[in-house]
Parts: sequence; C-alpha cells; structure tokens
Amino acid sequence: MKIRMLVVLVMVLALLAACGGTATTTGGQSSAKPLRIAVVMPSATTDLAFSQSMWSALKAVQAELGGESALELQYSENMFKVPDAAAALRDYASKGFDIVIGHGSQYGSSIQEIAPDFPKTTFAWGTDVNTFGLPNVYAYTAAAQEGGYVNGVLAARLTKSKLIGVTGPVEVGDAKTYIDGFVQGVASVDPGMRVGKTWTGSFSDVALMTEAAKTHIAAGADALTGSSQSVVGSIGAAKEKGDVLWFGTQSDQASLAPNIVVASQVYDWSSILKQMIENRKNGKLGGDTFVLQLKNGGLKIAFNSTYPLPDDVKKAAEAAIEGIKNGSIVVEP
Amino acid sequence: MSEIITSAVLIGILTSAIRLATPYLYAAIGEAISEISGVVNLGVDGIMLLSAYGAFFVALNTGNLWLGLLTGALVGVAMGLLMAFISVTLKAEQGISGIGLYMFGLGLSSLLFKTTIGTVKTVVGFQPVRIPLLSDLPSLGEVLFDQSLPVYAAFLLVPLAWFILEKTTWGLRLKAVGQTPAAADSLGVSVDRVRYIAVCVGSMLAGLAGASLSLALVNLFQENLTAGQGFIAVALVYFGGWRPLGILLGALLFSTVNAFQLWMQVLGVAIPSDVAVMLPYLLTIVVLAFTVSRVRGPAALNKPFERGEH
Amino acid sequence: MPPDSASDTLRPTRKPVFDWQGLLLRAASPLLAILVALLVGAIMLLLLGANPLAAYATMVRGVFGSMSGFTQSLVKATPLLLVGLGICIAFRASMINIGGEGQIIAGALMATWFSLQFRTWPGWLLIPATLVMGFLAGAFWGFIPGVLKARLNVNEILSTVMMNAIALQLMNLLVRGPLIDPAGVAAKTYLPQSERLPQQVWLGRLVPQTLLHSGGIIAVLLAVMVYVFLWRTTIGYRIRAVGLSPDASRYAGIPVPFYQALSLTLAGGFAGLAGVIEVIGVQHRLLEGITSGYGFSGIVAALFGGLHPLGLIPASWLFGSLLVGADMMQRAVQVPSALIDTLLGLVVLLVVGSQMWSRRLATRRVIALARKNAEAQP
Repeated sequence: MKIRMLVVLVMVLALLAACGGTATTTGGQSSAKPLRIAVVMPSATTDLAFSQSMWSALKAVQAELGGESALELQYSENMFKVPDAAAALRDYASKGFDIVIGHGSQYGSSIQEIAPDFPKTTFAWGTDVNTFGLPNVYAYTAAAQEGGYVNGVLAARLTKSKLIGVTGPVEVGDAKTYIDGFVQGVASVDPGMRVGKTWTGSFSDVALMTEAAKTHIAAGADALTGSSQSVVGSIGAAKEKGDVLWFGTQSDQASLAPNIVVASQVYDWSSILKQMIENRKNGKLGGDTFVLQLKNGGLKIAFNSTYPLPDDVKKAAEAAIEGIKNGSIVVEP
Repeated sequence: MSEIITSAVLIGILTSAIRLATPYLYAAIGEAISEISGVVNLGVDGIMLLSAYGAFFVALNTGNLWLGLLTGALVGVAMGLLMAFISVTLKAEQGISGIGLYMFGLGLSSLLFKTTIGTVKTVVGFQPVRIPLLSDLPSLGEVLFDQSLPVYAAFLLVPLAWFILEKTTWGLRLKAVGQTPAAADSLGVSVDRVRYIAVCVGSMLAGLAGASLSLALVNLFQENLTAGQGFIAVALVYFGGWRPLGILLGALLFSTVNAFQLWMQVLGVAIPSDVAVMLPYLLTIVVLAFTVSRVRGPAALNKPFERGEH
Repeated sequence: MPPDSASDTLRPTRKPVFDWQGLLLRAASPLLAILVALLVGAIMLLLLGANPLAAYATMVRGVFGSMSGFTQSLVKATPLLLVGLGICIAFRASMINIGGEGQIIAGALMATWFSLQFRTWPGWLLIPATLVMGFLAGAFWGFIPGVLKARLNVNEILSTVMMNAIALQLMNLLVRGPLIDPAGVAAKTYLPQSERLPQQVWLGRLVPQTLLHSGGIIAVLLAVMVYVFLWRTTIGYRIRAVGLSPDASRYAGIPVPFYQALSLTLAGGFAGLAGVIEVIGVQHRLLEGITSGYGFSGIVAALFGGLHPLGLIPASWLFGSLLVGADMMQRAVQVPSALIDTLLGLVVLLVVGSQMWSRRLATRRVIALARKNAEAQP
C-alpha cells in the first residue's frame, strides 16, 4: 500500500524533526548575548516604500554596531492582517526580544494590549504619537508634510505644463499628510497651479495605480508624486512616458527610474533606533514619542544625482529645507 | 458637468477603458470557455498571478517579450491541467478547488518573486503600434488604433471566440458537454476530454491576461499584482451571459466606469474617493441583478460528470 | 413534530452505535493532505536553504509548547469554526458560500456601530444584543445572494464574490468616514480604524495575558446547536434533502429555492457572528483587514471537518494550530510568508481532490453494510 508507506515515511520524518529541533535549540544559546530587535511590517522589506525604510535603517544600525554578533534582527513581513501581526508581536516578546517594533499605525491597538504583559520588553510603533501612557512603549512618526512641501516646491518649479498629478492609495495617515504638504509646497511657488489628486482606494492595487498615473499624464500632467507601496506602478508609467518627472517619498525611489526621479523624501529611522537602544542601556524602556523631521535629520531629501537638476531649482528646494528647519516656513500636516 | 467633459476627456476615458479592459477580456473569455463546458474555475486570479510572474521573469532575463508572453501562456496551461485533474478526473467540488488554486498561485508567485527577483524592477513592455490610416481617423482613430499588440489581440479574441463557440463543431460539442453531459456521452463525445481542453484553453487565456498586465500594461511585477481582477473576470462571465460579445460589453462598462472615476478625480470633481472606487462594483451587482433573469447558464455548471448517474 | 408523509422515504435512519470506522475514513483524507503538503513544504524549505526538520519542530513546539501559542490557536479556531458552520449549512443545501469575507465585514461593521451607539447599556444586555445584531447583518449579506439565487437563479458563487467586493469598499468608506476614531482625527493621523469599543462589550479573557476570550465557548455551543438543527429538526432536514436531491425534494413538495436562500442567509449569519467576535473579542475596535481571510480559510476548515458541524470543532482547532504554527515557523526560520500561502493552497487542493476516494470508500462500505443487513433479516 502506497499510503502506508507514506505514513511510515512521515512518521520517520516527524521523529527526525523532533531530534533536529532539540539539537538546534541547544546549539543556539551558547554564544555571547547580542541585543535582539524584531520588527513586524505590513508589506515586504523590498517595497521601495514604508517597510523598506525601516528595514534599511535596522540594517544600517546593525552594521554600525558591529554586525550580527552585536545586534540580532528578525522580521515578519506582509503582515497586513492585524490579528496575525498581533500574534507575531506577542511571539517575539515572549521569545525575549529586547525591542519589538510594530511598524504600522494599524498595530497600535495590538501594542496597547500586549505591552503591559511584557514590562521588560521595549515596544515601539508608528506612525503615531501615542504611547498610551505605558512606560515601555515608544511611538514614532514622520512629519511627512515637510518633505512633501520640498517636493512640491521642486515639482512646481520643474513642471512645464503647469499640471501636477498625485496618485495616492487612501486619504489616511502619512499618505495624506505627505500630499497635504506637497500641495502647500506647490502653492508656495504658484498659488494658481492645479494639482490633480487621485485615490485608488487600495494600498496594493498596482494596476489601478498605473492607470491613475497614465490618466494624469493624459490630462497633461508632467510631474507626478504619490505614496504607498503601489506607487511603483505610477513610477513605471512615468518612466515609460520618458519626460514625466517623479517625486518620491518614504524610501529613495531613484533606483527604479534613474532618469525621471528628481528627489525622494527618505525616512531615516536609524537615529530613532539608536536613541531607543541608548535609552534602554540606561534603563529607560519607553514613554517617548519621536518625530522624524528635516530639522533632526530623520527626514532627508535625497536628490537623484543622475537627474540634471538646474541650480536655481535646487537652491529653491534647499531654501525650503532651511526654512522648514529654522521655522520660518510652517507646513500644516 | 458639460464644460468638464470635453471631447479630449472622453477620448482619454475611452483610451484608459480599453487598456483596463484588456486583462478582463482575456480572463473572462477564458473563464467562459471553461464554464460553458461545465467547470467553474475560481482560480483565475491565481493563474493570472503565476503567469504574470513567469512572463515577467522570462522577459526580464532574456529581454524577449514574446518569449515572456509564451511563458505566461504555458504557465496558464500547466495551472489549467492541475485544475482539470482535480475537478474533472477527481471530480472535486469546483468552487473550493478554485479557491485552493487561487491561494496556491498567489503564494507561489510571491515566493518565486521574492527568491528570484527580490525587488521591484521594470521591463520595457509592448509599445503602442499605430495602425496606418485607421489611426489617423479623427478622434476615435487614436483611441482604437494606437494600442499595444496584446491589447489588439484581446479585442480580436471576441469575434474569434464567438466564431469558435457558435460556428464550429468543437464549440457545439463544448456546449453539449456543459448542458447535457449524459446525452453528449451517449453520442460518443468524451466529456472528460472536452472539459480538460476547455479548462486548459481557459487557463491559457487567464495566463495571457496575467502576462498582458506584467508585459504590456503595468510592465513590472509585484506581489499580488492582480489585486483580485480574476474574481471580477468571473463575475463578468455571468454579466455577459457566457457570450463573448456580452463579456466585451461588460468588461468595457466596468472599465469605463473605473476610467471615468479616475478622470473625475483628476479633474477635481468633488466626489469622495471611496464612493468613486466603489462605483464599478456597485454598478456590476446592479446590472448583475437585472440581467440574469434572461440568461441561462450551462445546465451542468459546477457538476462533476459521472457515467450512469442520470 | 409530525413526520412529513410525502418525504418520509428521505428520512435518514438513525445509527444505533457510533460509527468509528466512518469517522476515521472521513478524517483520513484531510490528515493525509496535510502530511503531503508538509512533505512538499520540506522540499521547498530545503530549496530556500532552511532546515525543514528544525522548522517543523519549531512549529510543533510553538503551538503545543507555549501558552501563548496554544491559546492563539484557539483564538484563530473560533472564527474558523463559525464561518465553517455557515459553510456547512450552505453546503448541505448544495450552496457554495464564497461570500464569507463580506459577511464577516457586515457583522463586524454592525457590531462596531451598534456597541458604540448604545455604549451606555450594561454588558449583560449589550453583548447579546451586539451578537444578535451582527448575526442579522451577516445574514442580510447572505440573504441578498440567497434571494438572487431563489428568484433569479443567479449563481451564488458569483454573486457572493461580488458581495465581498462591495462589503470591503463599504467598510473602507465607513471606517474612514462616519466610524473613524475621533482621536485619530484630533491627532491628524486619520487612521482607518474605529474608536475603541466600550469596555463592557469586550468578551472576557479566559487566560490572563493571552488573547483567549470566551467567544470560543459560544462557537462550540453553536456548533452543537447547528448539528441538532440540521439533523433533528424539520427545517434542517429539508435543507439537507434539498442538497441531496433537489428534484426529489421538489417532488416531495419542498420549496427548494426557499431553502436554498435560507441556507445562504444562515451561512451569512454565522460568518457575521465571526465578525462580531473578532471585533468584541480580539481587536476591540474595527480595523481594516478585520476578516484576516477567515472567509476563505473557513471554507478549508469546513472541508477538514468533513462538512459536519461536530467534525468542525476539532478540525477548526487543528487548522487554527496549523496556521499559528506555520506563522511561528516562518518567523523562526525567516522564510518568506508566501511559503505558507502556497502550502495552504496545496492543502486545499489535496483535500478536495482526495474527497472522491473517501466518498467512494464510504459508499462501498454502506453498500457492504446494507448487503449484510439484508442477509441478516431475509
């Protein structure tokens, strides 16, 4: 009987699995204890957007601290189902990770429930400002409107058709604040300039996002921006057209289309991460809210060196950055 | 309203709609062929994903779009064989098999993407090909005759499928197997064979739908690229009453409403974006409810055939 | 109740002894399917450069070796059981309910709105009222395809798929508009989630520091009730008759469309309850992604349970543990989570694919038994 053979095979495998499992656990606990950070993310580490920004920052901090022997990293990606993410967060905490990060504003309520159960673990989540009054929770957010403003200034100065298009997923969170800032930036150059906005209703519908970008282009727009992991579709559409400019946010998006990406607002979480690690060493497990700003270096404008940006435009952008840093320009979120 | 909807906007809406309709046309006509033989294939979305990945992977590595397209079709056939084996040979419940196929395709395409490509990349996809003379026709010319080859092919598929279904013996046999399998069987038609071919042809078209996304419309691959388009295609089959022309109308209606809402947003017409996004779905269910009373589906749909059962 | 003389021949005979052999047969195909999928998974893990033995050991230890894993598997089993019950009822009337996702959303939306609207009510009143309202909302979402099927003969597979899309967009609209958390608006984060529900509507925690809530008990009680309903009441019996043979039922004077619509409505109701319990038991607010795909995975759980309400109780727990264990494995060996989706799809294909064999074996047994009985009493 084939089935019987299969059953025997599987039982042998299960037995081996049990042995193999114990072998690995005894082997793993011998070396010196590195700091351990786990992160739960809503999309892939390679999304060229929100999740990638956190993962690159963690990798950078790891390299700075001296590699895997100093900092152990684990991640769970594509955790768009909040209940699964909650299970992952709880699991990491119960496995003794020092810092557990829920990288998505939808994870807030889960952090609020889990954190009191693990008082020795540091939790961090964002983008939000609420630590729920818990001593072991950090909150972090990005003032996305600041980079949005700078991108808006750039776009308004570079557009020839005086039509600018925005392709967003859903009018929430940093997608909304980024675009609000962008519109203010455009208006600061030319209050009469039109910014057309489309929302596709989905963070992941790349096909519709592509068509939204093509619609803007057909309507005459020659400068586009947008937020979420599905904007790779928009960037693709702009790239194909050839002379339509793109302004990125969250991660540096120049790699996808080196000829048309003018600049990207990059979220650099590494300073925040280092602050958390430092605080933890001094016995402070949480309670603070961090905000990425241009002023504190958490937000950076990455100009794409491949794109020939005219000097006066770059100066205008740098003036806007300076203005936001010193407070002479106030961008409403 | 009237000053907003100029002829330029109308042309824009139509151009968008024709592009958006392309994957639906392939997938829905394929699904119709499968359903006419009596097999509901809910795995269309999974097939589209795996084919979109396969096509993109080959095109990215060889630089040959046609080879990519061929890969997409072949992946579709392979998935079709799997579906046919489970639903025809093993006579499994079709709705649930389809969901299984969908999950399998969704998972495997993401897994392969992560391990073999890793990050988002783009290819230079099929470029628009102007058809001389026709594309010079005023206004409608550039809408209809300045598209890429996979888009033309999708629209040519409509009369082709109509001809095969209505005018060839194979088409008649297909219908017989879907309506009265026992009678077809007694006349010496192999029900299982016809269904295998129908499911495989249908899945091949679903594969082309996926490939048209990753090589002609979006020109990149990302996890869950289709975002549920395969399920809409299944609904469009019903919408179109299992007739290619009906499917064409349904696909155009759905994509025109979608293009319309995008244009309204671009032009700054004040409707909440959520309502705009919901429009195509709402419209589909309303039309679905009002059209179905006059169409009759294949009688043996979703019923595995067993000899001597009737 | 008086026996229905016209359809008396359809009444199933009660089995005097518990049918262990039949049970084993029914459990065999899902279990084998999981084993085959695990074998395929082992090969894939090897290809990904991970040690499959260590991976599977983590999976088992994760679920059975820790309180958090074990309770988590029960938390996952609850909505699977509820959705699965609905799938069972519909399947007994030979209706395939693919609309679980939309029905869960309908229930969750109603639960959120209702418990926020009547937040001053005491818990003993608010919890049952919320459960009932959520059930009704889900039932309404199943009623629409039910009526479309009964009146216009719209294929329920297709209409439920469309209803999913509508419910999803409706939730997006409400949770970003009327139901949005005022705190999120004040903080200008505009998170697509509702306000936290009043504390008295939360289901009690059974084990402190875990997510285990009392919803599971409700689900198990309902499973027993569905069993009694389907096998011990006239309505349930008619639902099954419609599924077994619509022609014979029509002949026997049973209004077939009515019972088909009823079965889809009830299926919607149970999926709606799953939505309520996710909201008041786990998340305590409405979030995007509240369904967690339970509308689809509930179908798988129902298949595991042999489409039988009592079989579903262990099956949904087994499937819940599988999901939790797989997630833990994925975290421990750091392989892409898509591997799990692939294997789940494979499990579904293997289970439905292998049902023909278990069905054939079962028929052969019944025929043999009948022959033996016939020989015993000539």
